[in-house]
Amino acid sequence: MAQTYDPRRLVGIKAERVTDVSSRDFPGHYPDEDHSWSLNKFRENLTVKIWRVSNRSIDFDLVGVDASIANAFRRILIAEVPTICIENVYVYNNTSVVADEILAHRIGLIPLNVDPKTMDMRVDDDESTDRNTIVFDLKLECTRKKDAPKDSTVASELYNNHELLSGHLVWQPAGEQAEVFSKNPPAPTNPNIVLAKLRPGQGVEITLHAVKGVGKDHAKFSPVATASYRLLPNIVIKKPIPPHLAEKFQKCFSPGVINIDPRTKTVTVDEHNKRNDSVSREVLRHPEFDGYVELSRVRDHFLFNIESESAYPPQRLFTEAIAIMREKLTNIRRAAEALLDQPPDGDVVMSDS
Amino acid sequence: MELAEEESEWNQITGANWHGLGLTDPIKNVEDKWLLLPAFLKVKGLVKQHIDSFNYFVETDIKNIVKANNKVTSDVDPRFWLKYTDINVGLPDRNEPEAIDKRVTPHECRLRDITYSAPIIVTIHYTRGRNIVQRNVNIGRLPIMLRSSKCVLTNKTPAQLARMTECPLDPGGLLRGQRDGEGDPCSGAIEQESDYRRVGRRERDRPGVVYLVCCRIFGRSKFSHSLHSSTHGGLKSKTYVATKKGKIYLRHNCVHEDIPIVIALKALGVQADKEILLLTAGNTESYKTAFSANLEDAAKLGVFTRQQALEYIGTRVKVNRRVMGPRRPAWEEAMEALATIVLAHIPVNGLDLRPKAIFVATMTRRVLMAMEDEKMVDDRDYVGNKRLELAGQLLALLFEDLFKTYNATLKTAIDKVLKKQSRTNEFDAFNTMQFQGDHLTSGFTRAISTGNWSLKRFKMERAGVTHVLSRLSFISALGMMTRISSQFEKTRKVSGPRALQPSQWGVLCPSDTPEGEACGLVKNLALMTHITTDVEEEPVIRLAFMLGVEDINLATGTEIYGPHTFVVNVNGTIIGLTRYPTRFVSQFRRLRRARRVSEFVSVYINHHHKAVHIASDGGRICRPTIIVENGRPRVTSEHISLLKKGTVTFDDFLRKGLVEYLDVNEENDTFIALYESDIVPATTHLEIEPFTLLGAVAGLIPYPHHNQSPRNTYQCAMGKQAIGAIAYNQLNRIDTLLYLSVYPQQPMVKTKTIELVGYDRLPAGQNATVAVMSYSGYDIEDALILNKASLDRGYGRCQVLRKNATLIRKYPNGTYDRLADAPPDENNPGQVAKKYDIIQLDGLAGVGERVDPGDVYVNKQTPTNATDNSFNGQAATVPYKNTPMTYKSPVAGNIDKILISDTENDQTLIKVLIRQTRRPELGDKFSSRHGQKGVCGLIVNQEDMPFNDQGINPDTIMNPHGFPSRMTVGKMIELLAGKAGVLCGKLQYGTAFGGSKVEDMSRILVEHGFSYAGKDMLTSGITGEPLEAYVYFGPIYYQVYKTKTYGHGQDARPSEFCRGPRATLTRQPTEGRSREGGLRLGEMERDCLIGYGATQLLLERLMISSDKFEVNACSKCGLMGYNGWCTYCKSSKQMAQLTIPYAAKLLFQELIAMNVVPRLIISDPA
Repeated sequence: MAQTYDPRRLVGIKAERVTDVSSRDFPGHYPDEDHSWSLNKFRENLTVKIWRVSNRSIDFDLVGVDASIANAFRRILIAEVPTICIENVYVYNNTSVVADEILAHRIGLIPLNVDPKTMDMRVDDDESTDRNTIVFDLKLECTRKKDAPKDSTVASELYNNHELLSGHLVWQPAGEQAEVFSKNPPAPTNPNIVLAKLRPGQGVEITLHAVKGVGKDHAKFSPVATASYRLLPNIVIKKPIPPHLAEKFQKCFSPGVINIDPRTKTVTVDEHNKRNDSVSREVLRHPEFDGYVELSRVRDHFLFNIESESAYPPQRLFTEAIAIMREKLTNIRRAAEALLDQPPDGDVVMSDS
Repeated sequence: MELAEEESEWNQITGANWHGLGLTDPIKNVEDKWLLLPAFLKVKGLVKQHIDSFNYFVETDIKNIVKANNKVTSDVDPRFWLKYTDINVGLPDRNEPEAIDKRVTPHECRLRDITYSAPIIVTIHYTRGRNIVQRNVNIGRLPIMLRSSKCVLTNKTPAQLARMTECPLDPGGLLRGQRDGEGDPCSGAIEQESDYRRVGRRERDRPGVVYLVCCRIFGRSKFSHSLHSSTHGGLKSKTYVATKKGKIYLRHNCVHEDIPIVIALKALGVQADKEILLLTAGNTESYKTAFSANLEDAAKLGVFTRQQALEYIGTRVKVNRRVMGPRRPAWEEAMEALATIVLAHIPVNGLDLRPKAIFVATMTRRVLMAMEDEKMVDDRDYVGNKRLELAGQLLALLFEDLFKTYNATLKTAIDKVLKKQSRTNEFDAFNTMQFQGDHLTSGFTRAISTGNWSLKRFKMERAGVTHVLSRLSFISALGMMTRISSQFEKTRKVSGPRALQPSQWGVLCPSDTPEGEACGLVKNLALMTHITTDVEEEPVIRLAFMLGVEDINLATGTEIYGPHTFVVNVNGTIIGLTRYPTRFVSQFRRLRRARRVSEFVSVYINHHHKAVHIASDGGRICRPTIIVENGRPRVTSEHISLLKKGTVTFDDFLRKGLVEYLDVNEENDTFIALYESDIVPATTHLEIEPFTLLGAVAGLIPYPHHNQSPRNTYQCAMGKQAIGAIAYNQLNRIDTLLYLSVYPQQPMVKTKTIELVGYDRLPAGQNATVAVMSYSGYDIEDALILNKASLDRGYGRCQVLRKNATLIRKYPNGTYDRLADAPPDENNPGQVAKKYDIIQLDGLAGVGERVDPGDVYVNKQTPTNATDNSFNGQAATVPYKNTPMTYKSPVAGNIDKILISDTENDQTLIKVLIRQTRRPELGDKFSSRHGQKGVCGLIVNQEDMPFNDQGINPDTIMNPHGFPSRMTVGKMIELLAGKAGVLCGKLQYGTAFGGSKVEDMSRILVEHGFSYAGKDMLTSGITGEPLEAYVYFGPIYYQVYKTKTYGHGQDARPSEFCRGPRATLTRQPTEGRSREGGLRLGEMERDCLIGYGATQLLLERLMISSDKFEVNACSKCGLMGYNGWCTYCKSSKQMAQLTIPYAAKLLFQELIAMNVVPRLIISDPA
């Protein structure tokens, strides 16, 4: 039996517009209905279901929250979950074709496997210490291979070190770091990122300082390749699809979304695969399906996808985001309380951070 | 029985008949016939016109010039002579005697600021004593065009070019002269359009003349007739046949006044009135009536015989000859003028002026025709009537001038030596030649580097012939090489020459022209255009006679204007008559297709003038087309497959007569099908590809046929400024200013032109994901919103490389400049001053060091007595002063490269390349390839950007209001095709008049789960809720531009400050950003303030902050005094001090100087 949704929970998908995008379940919108927020109701509605976790990404459903909450998590994931990235580049020598600034920029974008929990944020004029800075060396020189085949034109056959890769970064432990990171020595998450191509006679000698930072300062600190969500698609077949149009109807949706009974040619929506529909609205384009189907999306059912591109395992990212959100809330609460405590006329002073 | 027969017949029809094809089979189209285009470009290259023209000059023309000026004799010793027997231009080499390796590459010349030139070697025979000696002499150096036949880069593989640090995609075709301080020191030789109208022009607006029809001709003398004439057609004299008050006159510069046409004809040897009438008016009654008045005119003037006519003209000829010998009779003067100067392009054998007479007669007839029917007036803007002047022709002219001067100076030098009676050793002219100096070399270098062709000998005075090639981007360089500039006055407001001519089709790009004053006057060549070089005329004439043309000299007026006769012209000279023009022309063409004459000789019938024109001259614009015979193109799929295999080249297609060149005139005689399906029985030719009608720059636009045409024109102007890759050797170049993109991408939607010109390998732009929606309000007026994360990741990043050069000079007094180590800081001994901190021991900044504003990067020192001519013998002990090079830009940079080399005159040259890397910021200019430019209005964090179901954020948000009024549908299709391309992993094509179809693109989108329309459902990054409208979302190729509203970095603010420089005269603030000027509060702004009543603000803006000035004025006399003293009243009693604008004080003084007394009436307000 197809799952039906309360029409108030649905965002309408029309051929040329989207309707009812905002939630209205706030007190006072619907007359004679109580929509005041209650923890119990929230608890009842809230569901989190993880569908898939891989080394790099996670798919999960977040149901029963307002878009603002889901979006807040998404935004925090992109911009506020800290990571460790290379920030300072000291070039002693760089004879490659890539200019210093550009090489530095490229190096900065390398994701590192250092758990940000283990490090402190270095604020403006702080001294670099073993608690807030990790040092790498990058030293490589390209040379000719002596035993290279004569007529070869392949760089890898002709030269040693013809590519400067992220894997060439060498961690230089400082202070207590050797001990702290002994289990998981700092290194790029991917050793195969090409930073520059080298030819005989060219080489680089660079020292790098990695620090902790957040994505809103620079995109390199963002821990995710992307974190985003989409709303759960909902397809309702209003009246039976004529059998001769069944296949065409099926093709209007992503594969597996529509089932056709091989015998009766009855068209049904696959409840399990429905979530995979890409909502291409193709079905709305064909006049023959006019009135047969209604498309919508569930407003408070978020299909999250988070792709980690940092030290965090994907499943940890969301909890990290929640922690940051809680911290922010505490700050606001503290400020609000301070506001209450203040005499009515005085300026409100927010605490730092 | 009957049925069976019918059936067998039917089978025969439907079955395989010929080459396995049946009669009812659909005719197969020639697939991929566009492959002829790359084949054509492989042979000719993109700038073939320059290279061909230069090659013609170096290989052929230069020899003709020397042949025409091959003898030097002496006035002193009649036995002496010197004869040039041959001339050759060698390969470019290093002009340094002590060099071991003489080979030189263009790149070395570029770096060292030397001219890429080759020696000119002449072979001379001359008398030495009693012997005749042969020797080879180097008489000078000729700048060599890159990739011409004399260039070292020609026929080199990309690997070989890479070894010479040269870009294989660079089209070449330019001459390198030295040009200091400007752009790339390369001057591209640019052709000029010369107006080569044959006949018939109507001029109104002549005061006192009702109208005037004139028929004029530029005679380009081909033969050495007189002292003034050039072998090469430098002397262009115009001969007019014009009407004045209904009568016809011959007009020429060498005659004081207009000569009645009948007198002219009589002087040319046509004496009988009847014959004159026949030759001009023929047997047409109306023409006869119109002409008869002229006959009466001559009779009234008493001119009946040839002798009388010559006397008449002779008294009016301008004699501008040096007075030598006795004065000649008038008729002789007339004869000379008529034979040599008037209509100089027609050869005269002996004193037979008959051909000229016939030519004048036909000119007259054309005038008569035009008098009767206005439609017979030629279109002056018709491309077929124009000839382009290219580098080769201009150089030839220059060379001839220089060579003649060289010979003249040589002669005087020889005379000087021979004059001396007693010589110790035998006179050898070779030695004299050795000491002739570098007249030719310096002449060439000067002309090319200044662009001034001032050849007094040929009455040529032209500036701006060469241009500095703009290396702003690959496309701007390419666009410049295909540019055509008209000699037409830019400022004149005329529409005719600026309008798009139908005859431009296929040869000149309809889109690529600048906006503003040069609009329509500066044009660009289309992709397949070729410009002809001179082809020898005599064989063509011989061929015409062989094909049955009757000699014109045997014909009378009746025959010439007979109902079925057609006049045959070769290069504008009448050679004969034919009665079967169609047969003649088709036979001629057949011979041309068989390569019996050059493929660039054109032949066509002009039915209005009843003439067959054969043209073999240089400078005509032509293009190749496929020949169609019997309704079938001669190029078949088999030919194309051979071409694909690489077994045949474009030349084979020409040789086999499958393809031929058509010039604009011959095009009028053809019926060209655009597509194969359009072929009808009358079709004669088939276009190779319709998109070749656009040029190289317009060819970069995807789907240009969907755009409003001005948008394509805007894009053509703008695409040249896009920052991208310049050449494969860009990082080895040291150009004055180089803008490079850090991560250029080839466009997702490309065109065939892009692949052909190599834009996909040297791109200028990036494929940005664009959401067409409104966002934040900072996107009004075409502003764009950029994603900060995209910028963080390298979108739109560019490098600016700036050259700073200096010379370490050696002075005539023996002193020399030197480089010095950083001096110690005066205030802080033992330390180096901050501004010297990057200077190393050699006095130069370290490569890679950061240069901050004010830093010294070349610590040069100059001797204080450098200008003294007295040499004190001790160069080492002279005092030195600092003349360092200081970094001036307000934004820090890095030292990219330092070059130390020697120039040609042995001075040490230091070039420092300073690099800045910039990331896009507010106010930077971006544009798609559809003339849709916009500035960055806001940079938004990634989390605030909208995102689609896949979580993709746009790189750029563009406001949809950019579309309705611009009508750039091509941009929308580009997005769609780009999105489809991204999804299926293929590059799509947006070639003009073709390209990927919207339907296919939509299908790909649907297959990948997207909406067919390219619109995605987006979620707001700010609220997290879905947007109520679907948003057009996908990749569009975006270009970054170098220009910016303000400068960069610290400079990125409008000029607003309270102190600044002032103009000396008025003491008001200067104007313009470059002079650190203020912002003007103008009249209109003043009006607003008056209207508002803000008097104090007015006073402050207009006086106090501008040019306030304290004056002492006398309240008695009202004049200005000084120091509380009135010089007029001789008292200090009633002096008042007041503040007025300095400009007002200046005005008063100026008035006083003109005897006008302005008096200040001063009263106390209290």
